[in-house]
Amino acid sequence: MRFRLERSPAPYWVRPLIPVIALIITFLLTASLIVWADANPFEGYYYFLIAPLANRVSAIEVLVKSTPLLLTGASVAFAFAAGYWNIGAEGQLYAGAIAATWLGLTLDGVSPFIAIPLMLIGGFIAGMLWALPPVWLKIRLNVDEIVTTLLLNSVILFLVSFLLNGPWRDPISGWPQSPEIAAATVFPKLLPRARLHLGFLVAMMVIGLMWYVLSRTRLGLTMRAAGLGPEAARYAGINVKRTLLTAALISGGIAGLAGVSEVAGIHFHLIEAISPGYGYTGIVIATLGALNPIGVAIAGLFIGLIETGSQNVSRALGVPAYLGDVVQATLLLVTLAALALQNFRLRLRAPDAAAELAAEEA
Amino acid sequence: MNIIEMRSISKRFGPVLANDAVDFTLAQGEIHALLGENGAGKTTLMRILYGLYTADKGEILVGGQPVTIHSPGDAIRAGVGMVTQHFTLVAPLTVAENVVLGQTDGFRLEPETIERKVGEAAERYGIEVDPAAQIRHLSVGERQRVEILKALYRNARILILDEPTAVLVPQEVDVLFATLGRLVREGLSVVFISHKLHEVMTVCDRITVLRNGQVVGTVHKQDTSKLKLARMMVGRETFGVERSQQPITGEPRLRMEGLSARNSKGLEALKGVTLTVRSGEILGIAGVSGNGQTELADVLAGVLEPSTGRIIVGERDLTGSDASQITAAGVGRIPEDRHKGVVAELTVAENLALENLSDFVRQGRLDRERIRQNAEQLIGEYTIKASPTDRTRTLSGGNMQKVILARALARKPQVVIASQPTRGLDVGATEYVRQRLLEERDRGAAVLLLSEDLDEIMSLSDRIAVIYEGRIVGVMPAEQASADRLGLLMSGAKEASLDEI
Repeated sequence: MRFRLERSPAPYWVRPLIPVIALIITFLLTASLIVWADANPFEGYYYFLIAPLANRVSAIEVLVKSTPLLLTGASVAFAFAAGYWNIGAEGQLYAGAIAATWLGLTLDGVSPFIAIPLMLIGGFIAGMLWALPPVWLKIRLNVDEIVTTLLLNSVILFLVSFLLNGPWRDPISGWPQSPEIAAATVFPKLLPRARLHLGFLVAMMVIGLMWYVLSRTRLGLTMRAAGLGPEAARYAGINVKRTLLTAALISGGIAGLAGVSEVAGIHFHLIEAISPGYGYTGIVIATLGALNPIGVAIAGLFIGLIETGSQNVSRALGVPAYLGDVVQATLLLVTLAALALQNFRLRLRAPDAAAELAAEEA
Repeated sequence: MNIIEMRSISKRFGPVLANDAVDFTLAQGEIHALLGENGAGKTTLMRILYGLYTADKGEILVGGQPVTIHSPGDAIRAGVGMVTQHFTLVAPLTVAENVVLGQTDGFRLEPETIERKVGEAAERYGIEVDPAAQIRHLSVGERQRVEILKALYRNARILILDEPTAVLVPQEVDVLFATLGRLVREGLSVVFISHKLHEVMTVCDRITVLRNGQVVGTVHKQDTSKLKLARMMVGRETFGVERSQQPITGEPRLRMEGLSARNSKGLEALKGVTLTVRSGEILGIAGVSGNGQTELADVLAGVLEPSTGRIIVGERDLTGSDASQITAAGVGRIPEDRHKGVVAELTVAENLALENLSDFVRQGRLDRERIRQNAEQLIGEYTIKASPTDRTRTLSGGNMQKVILARALARKPQVVIASQPTRGLDVGATEYVRQRLLEERDRGAAVLLLSEDLDEIMSLSDRIAVIYEGRIVGVMPAEQASADRLGLLMSGAKEASLDEI
């Protein structure tokens, strides 16, 4: 008798169960770690997944945490859907943040109804500009965009550092942070007594638009064709290069919006640590969401939940904060494995039956 | 003495029986050709011998002893080496490093030592190559010599060469043959996979011909001729397509004037092809694969830029147009590789709309209703067993081909370019596709049919052109074509010399 892994898709009802199965496996894998840190794993998971939703304040905080993640997730998913591997959402986010800060410092005394749209447009354009060189090199010289987009992330950090230690250094405190942006450019709050701001609505609208573009427009179909079968798309007369260019620029623009949203909705000035890796988490979210806008929305909110939850766990149970990261990473790996393995099934059979089976299949 | 005996080897890939009870023997010190069309099972058989595949049935004897070969490691231990079509060299490493890779002992590895050892081995086998050179600086012919040296360095007594001349220029071919001759005199035994008759007749001692996974026969060189081999290779099969016999009087619809193009390796693969296809005519292009058919189809499809020459459809010069412009000009294209024809992960309806997207878009928005109606209509018309929302990858090969056919023919193109349209299809689907092409011709379209299947070419075409090494080496009306004549032209014999055979 021997096992064989065969290619054979899982029944349709398995797919929605994957997150649940992944969560159970993750729990089994990480429970021992939590025990080791002198805590009850069930209690740990309660604080991790349930407690953040149990009261209004922290439930809203989940949405606040999700806002930049939804945008970077949408940015990455949009590019990936067209087969453009944009790893540079982090840098494009910073480009958007720089633009938002500059506009925020410049647009003093302008009506918010003009200033805020300008902030969004400016951030979008900045993200696009930062995304332009890699995609240009890609379509002109076939330079691998994974490398160029990734490396540009470090470049812009130096640019931010220069701005904050030079022209934009806060004159009052002397800290390496920009002065506060003008009141007219600050995103309005959506709810009283909570940090939830306009950026969340923007994120939701972007995801809605992304769904519409991908499934209902010519651009969406050409993007998906170019992403899923570039050769076939080319044979069918689709201009794959132009499609990549469009997808990459829009992706950069969406990541730029995440930068605007963090500056104008949360921090009100530019700091070096404006993103603790939202751009990279965006890759995780896009992948978990299977590049599907609705999937991205769910994955973005879920990662927002466990980001909030991991702070809760360490505060409530006194376990190290990075345990939350471990759980998050485990969950990601298990989910990705489950997504890949759903196309296979394990068969047990005797060796000499192999030939018969092959004959049957024919 | 037989150094290798393969007894009734069978290997099945899904529905395809790639090797059907194949017997093969290799004598000590001979060069033995495995000859056959693409897909005849030559490479499969040798991959089994080299442990890349495991046979479903049959046994292998090396030097009279039964052996189990489950991996290339087993094969190397049994003295079998293989040079595949795709070289497995590490480009930034030197020749010496590549040769000793996996064959080193101990911990220390001094460049001078291995270069000296590899240099000595190269000298002993008479293989001219610089052990200190980096692979990336070598030509294809030199890389192939490194591969051979690598196998010999691992003490191979049996060397398998999978279409070794396909990547070489003629001078390099001569060097290769000289090297092989020398090695064989020193006791090496060689299996030479090829579909080129003249090479086989030049270099080999015995020839085994495969067709559809079965052995047609094994012959000695002195007992055979190119003509006999061509006959064995091509075989004789008929199928039930009927066609009417009427003279072609239509006006020229597709003209190719002096088309040349380079392939992805930068080699000139198409050399000054000039052909005209008339309305109501099927022009078949016969040829052994890899003689420029792919490049010709790609140039005509608008995905490969010709280096010289013009493409004229009707009265319009379409040279340099992209695929969508060519489609819009009334050219229906059936690509050689089905998986380049459809995006497998998209739905059937989406694929059916993909080529003529402008018809299904209003101000950038997809007209989903029209896409669905179009799909339903074509699915009915072409009896595609699928629903519009099915992912195309779930379709069988025949149905996938029908999707491509439906998309290409739906707008009644004036020119149809069909590349290997029945490759890998079952009998029913094959018949359907062929019938459909005849209908297109009868409707008045100009049909260019590129196929490696000689029977298909002979039974569908009104005129037949033969392509060899990128050139059209002969054009004849179908009634003047015979399998022998075509087979010889396909294998590089000059038209003028045909009468002598």
